[in-house]
Amino acid sequence: MNAQPIGPDHETPAGPPPLILVIEDEAPIRKFLRATLTAHGYRLSEAGTARQGLLQAGMQPPDLIILDLGLPDGDGLDITRQLRTWSSVPIIVLSARGQESDKIAALDAGADDYLTKPFGVGELSARIRVALRHAIRPGTPGRAATSSVYEASADGRTIRADLAARLVRVQAGDEPETELRLTPTEYKLLALLIKHAGRVLTHQQILKEVWGPTHQSDVQYLRVYAGQLRQKLEADAAQPRFLITEPGVGYRLVEGKERMF
Amino acid sequence: MTDSQRPDPAALLARIKRDEVRSVGGGGMNADAANPTSAQRGRLKIFFGMSPGVGKTYAMLAAAQRLATQGVDVVIGVVETHGRSETEQMTLGLDVIPRREIKYRGGDGQSAPVRLVEFDLDAAIRRKPDVLLVDELAHSNPPGMGEGGHEKRWQDVQACLAAGINVYTTVNVQHVESLIDIVAQITGVVVRETIPDSVIDQADEIELVDLPPGALLERLRAGKVYVPEAAKHAINSFFRAGNLTALRQLALRRTAEWVDQRMRDYKEDKNIRAVWAAAERILVAVSPSPMAPKLVRAAKRMAAGLRAELLAVYVEGPNADRLPQTDRDRVLQTLRLAESLGAETATMTCGADAERANPATELVAFARSRNVNRIVIGKTQKSRSSEALSLLFGWGAGSFSSEVLRVSGDIDVYVIQGDTSDDPDTATRLGTTAAPRNSPTFQHAASPTFLHRLRLPRYLNALAAMAVSSALAMLAYRPPDLSEESMLLLGGVFIVALWLGRGPAVFASVLAVLAFNYFFTEPRFTLYVSDSGFLVTFAVMLGVGITVGTLAARSRRQAETARDREQRTASLYAMARELAAAHSLAETARTACRHIATAFKADVVVAVASPASPEGIDVIGWGGSSPDWFAAAPADGLTRCNNRSVARWALDNGKPAGFGTATLAAAAGRFLPLSTTQGRVGVLGVRPANPDAAQRLITTDRLLLLDTFAGQVAAALERVRLIDGREAARIDAESERLRSALLSSVSHDLRTPLAGIAGAASTLAESGDLLDSSTRADLLASIVSEAQRLNDLIANLVFATRLESGSIEVNREWTTVEEIVGSGLARHRDALSRRTVRTTGISRNSHLPMIKVDNAMLPMVVHNLIENALRYTPESVPISVSAWQTENTVVIKVADEGPGLAKGEATRVFQRFYRGRTAKSASAGSEPAEPESRPIADLSGNAGMGLGLTICDGIIKAHGGRIWAEPNSPKGVAFLFSLPLDEPQPPIPEDTDDPPQLRPLLGRSINRPNGELPA
Repeated sequence: MNAQPIGPDHETPAGPPPLILVIEDEAPIRKFLRATLTAHGYRLSEAGTARQGLLQAGMQPPDLIILDLGLPDGDGLDITRQLRTWSSVPIIVLSARGQESDKIAALDAGADDYLTKPFGVGELSARIRVALRHAIRPGTPGRAATSSVYEASADGRTIRADLAARLVRVQAGDEPETELRLTPTEYKLLALLIKHAGRVLTHQQILKEVWGPTHQSDVQYLRVYAGQLRQKLEADAAQPRFLITEPGVGYRLVEGKERMF
Repeated sequence: MTDSQRPDPAALLARIKRDEVRSVGGGGMNADAANPTSAQRGRLKIFFGMSPGVGKTYAMLAAAQRLATQGVDVVIGVVETHGRSETEQMTLGLDVIPRREIKYRGGDGQSAPVRLVEFDLDAAIRRKPDVLLVDELAHSNPPGMGEGGHEKRWQDVQACLAAGINVYTTVNVQHVESLIDIVAQITGVVVRETIPDSVIDQADEIELVDLPPGALLERLRAGKVYVPEAAKHAINSFFRAGNLTALRQLALRRTAEWVDQRMRDYKEDKNIRAVWAAAERILVAVSPSPMAPKLVRAAKRMAAGLRAELLAVYVEGPNADRLPQTDRDRVLQTLRLAESLGAETATMTCGADAERANPATELVAFARSRNVNRIVIGKTQKSRSSEALSLLFGWGAGSFSSEVLRVSGDIDVYVIQGDTSDDPDTATRLGTTAAPRNSPTFQHAASPTFLHRLRLPRYLNALAAMAVSSALAMLAYRPPDLSEESMLLLGGVFIVALWLGRGPAVFASVLAVLAFNYFFTEPRFTLYVSDSGFLVTFAVMLGVGITVGTLAARSRRQAETARDREQRTASLYAMARELAAAHSLAETARTACRHIATAFKADVVVAVASPASPEGIDVIGWGGSSPDWFAAAPADGLTRCNNRSVARWALDNGKPAGFGTATLAAAAGRFLPLSTTQGRVGVLGVRPANPDAAQRLITTDRLLLLDTFAGQVAAALERVRLIDGREAARIDAESERLRSALLSSVSHDLRTPLAGIAGAASTLAESGDLLDSSTRADLLASIVSEAQRLNDLIANLVFATRLESGSIEVNREWTTVEEIVGSGLARHRDALSRRTVRTTGISRNSHLPMIKVDNAMLPMVVHNLIENALRYTPESVPISVSAWQTENTVVIKVADEGPGLAKGEATRVFQRFYRGRTAKSASAGSEPAEPESRPIADLSGNAGMGLGLTICDGIIKAHGGRIWAEPNSPKGVAFLFSLPLDEPQPPIPEDTDDPPQLRPLLGRSINRPNGELPA
């Protein structure tokens, strides 16, 4: 876990810092979130129950919601659905390990990402950052931070993609940059992942986008093309650094480098 | 019941409930009531009277009306008003359950069908009133009537009580089983419709309906007493002031006895139970004599008076096989009577060998063994002829009774006078509606013809044999000495005796004398005798002939008995021997059924309770023809004697049922409960293959043999169950051991990281300012890593538990090996950054097939195997992951070049809580591993729970695969798992279009694709 620098790491240069609503019944976790998030420069509002959480989300619309799936007075899944009827605020759900089906259900219900308890601060702030970046910010029309350009590096290997130019290049170590030749499906898959870089996408979501709604259960397509894509992107496809598998849930393309446009 | 000022129905019902609780809590009136299950049982109230006409039905209806006005749901099940208006008026306003109507063809099968209306038990149970009125408890149902064909109404009532319905009923004193002899003495009328004493004893309330004899006679004269047609002529003898007074006394006494018993029960319950322990034991000897039932009833009365236990014993003499059918049946019925009176019954055989020749000795020995202090016997226990025989041949020193008296020692012997006047065939029936008696089966079985009994062909054979020996004697005729001739004739007698038995032997003796006289003595060919000396010869010849014949016949019979016994023993032994080898319930049942089917020429099933099956019972083994008969519906439609329900009844009640028994006799099969000390294990069902076999089956000795077989089967089934139980206990103990291992492991392994976290955190909290920044960072890092470890530990534990309990659902999806290995490695990224991990043959270029597995679980296997390798090998040791395809599996291998496993560890590593030796101790070759006895630290000094490999094992097995460990070459250990390729590969759409990318606008700065081919 790389330690995140303390300080505002959201990207809004102007305006008030983003408001995060934490709906979580465990006081220690709320306490830890409060400490961390405040330190990172976010504003915070807290709710201990589902009812209170919904109420607060209505009264003071937050920029992001962190939602525990196991609340005493309601299913986190229901809350996600309810919220989604009137709000597109990014939702990050918290769940325990071994509840993959719950996670998928929450993501399919409209949650933006998930975190498995226990989680580190690094993971948390990365998720928040990505979610906020992809979100429609109040007062900002359209998807704010989705650029057509993506760049990420790991282990001395760099991937650069320009969706506008339909161009994907890879650079390994000191070798010169190479253009990747991708098949239409591979490209479609990569483009989808780049659009949601840093976020988890469930198998269903990807299959629906790339192959169409009739193929939502053909996970094998995804497996094969994800494998092909890795073959081209990764140094060792068996130890991927860019296209990460979330076991039992879906895929996540690592977050791209910050680029201010 | 005179208090009409009762509050409201609710309070009344509450009172009834309270009474119930009290009677149960207070010890009740008998062992049954003390049983907690009888808490839901209905309560039985009996309106008890000395004779018909005293107003029992009226009193019952009056009580019912009182209840009804208080709002209690009182319903008439059956009430005989006999057309009397005052009684009929009492039924007004009460709900009536319509009676069932059935056609009944008389017992002889020739008379026109009679339409009978009978109490509808099913309807009553469905209706489930608070109180049900059922008149005439002693009534007999026509065969095939009532629920499952109860023979008697009191059985119907028992069923109602069992269904939780309170019942009001009426009983006349003459119907009480133990009193019928006395009643017969008083009135000269033998009552056939009887109620077991236990039913009376179990009544929760008895209300005596009393009427002075004078008043009753008055009513009789006024025509207010109903008398059945059949008993019209008995009226005069029955309704006499003297009789009625005696009956009244009897009724009062029986009621007093009941009250007394309640009193004693109460006392016992409050004080000492030892009174029970000191109870007397009375043994009654049962014989085939017609007086035996009377004897049994007398013994029952004595037992009731003394509160003693009653044993009824039948001693089967050496002549048992020659007993006429009627006698055998009578013995059986007497024993059954004894059972219905609450006696324990037993049958003993003797006379087969010299040591056990004397029935009296046997009986007394048995009595001693059971601590019996009183023996009841009848005065004439043996027929005169057999007594004469005994005297003649010294078999026993006298009559059975005197012999018992002689050897009884300290046991009191009661010899009771039999009275032959109560021959049942001439007895008059009195009381309730006429109905056929008992099961027709027995009447049928008990009618051998005289000729049949005589077995005529044997005498013809004897005649032929004597003709042959006479002819031989003719050839040897050398007057005047006739000794050869007489010898030859006597030889013939001897052969006849050996061959054909005693009767023909006596017949042959007579023939021999006649032939000797006719053919050989002067004047020949006449029956005249010239020499009076021959008369002596004739007498001696006859005497010798009969003696020799009888002795020979007896030895033959004994030989036959012995052979028969030997056969039984042999068949029993053969079965027992095979049963001993059986290891499962089904195998035991099959073996038993096969043997019994052969021994009895019948179709046999063994059924056990099985909640999922119809009637909650199912066949686990069968012999003879297929067990379809067991499940099949009865053919005649008249009865509902479905074999399955009969079997169920036998299992529930622990008594034989079906064919040839008192319960559900219309069923095709006879069902014996398989009872052991531990309870009932099942039911043995026997259906004779043909009518002949049926005849033979229900004879005393065959039934006893069947009982013996059943006992063996029950014991064998129980043994198998116990073995299963032991196995279960062993598994329990094993899981207990594991649980404690888990507990100690958990407490240790969870505490260690917790202690680290708490220590580091408290250090930082209390003296953080005093520490330099690198120490602080160190402590913080250790908190994070320890917490992570704790989390892994708990996740493993939870997963292992779920795996163990079978609550893990394998969610299979197509995936690639690369994906699995990649996800498995991903979680070790930090640790692996310092290690070399080679992956070979994993990538999709190696053309591995796709596998259908759980995408969340399989990576855990790789993760845990890698974890294992990381934990037990030094950092410098490389780790490799490889995969390949075999014919129908994919094998994935995780290998390290560390110290490897010790001998024998390869399988044990997959056991729960097994912890391998540390690399250090192993490489140092020091002490031998004792992995289970103490926690062993891994390389970083951390103890693990040893669950990782167990989880791998569980996951791979859940996928139908295999996981194993083997030495790695050149060194170290390799863990391999294989996954079956049992489904065809899924279709993957082709994607061969040209790459869609446009020529890069900024392409000048980018090199051309370098050896990268389109996929």
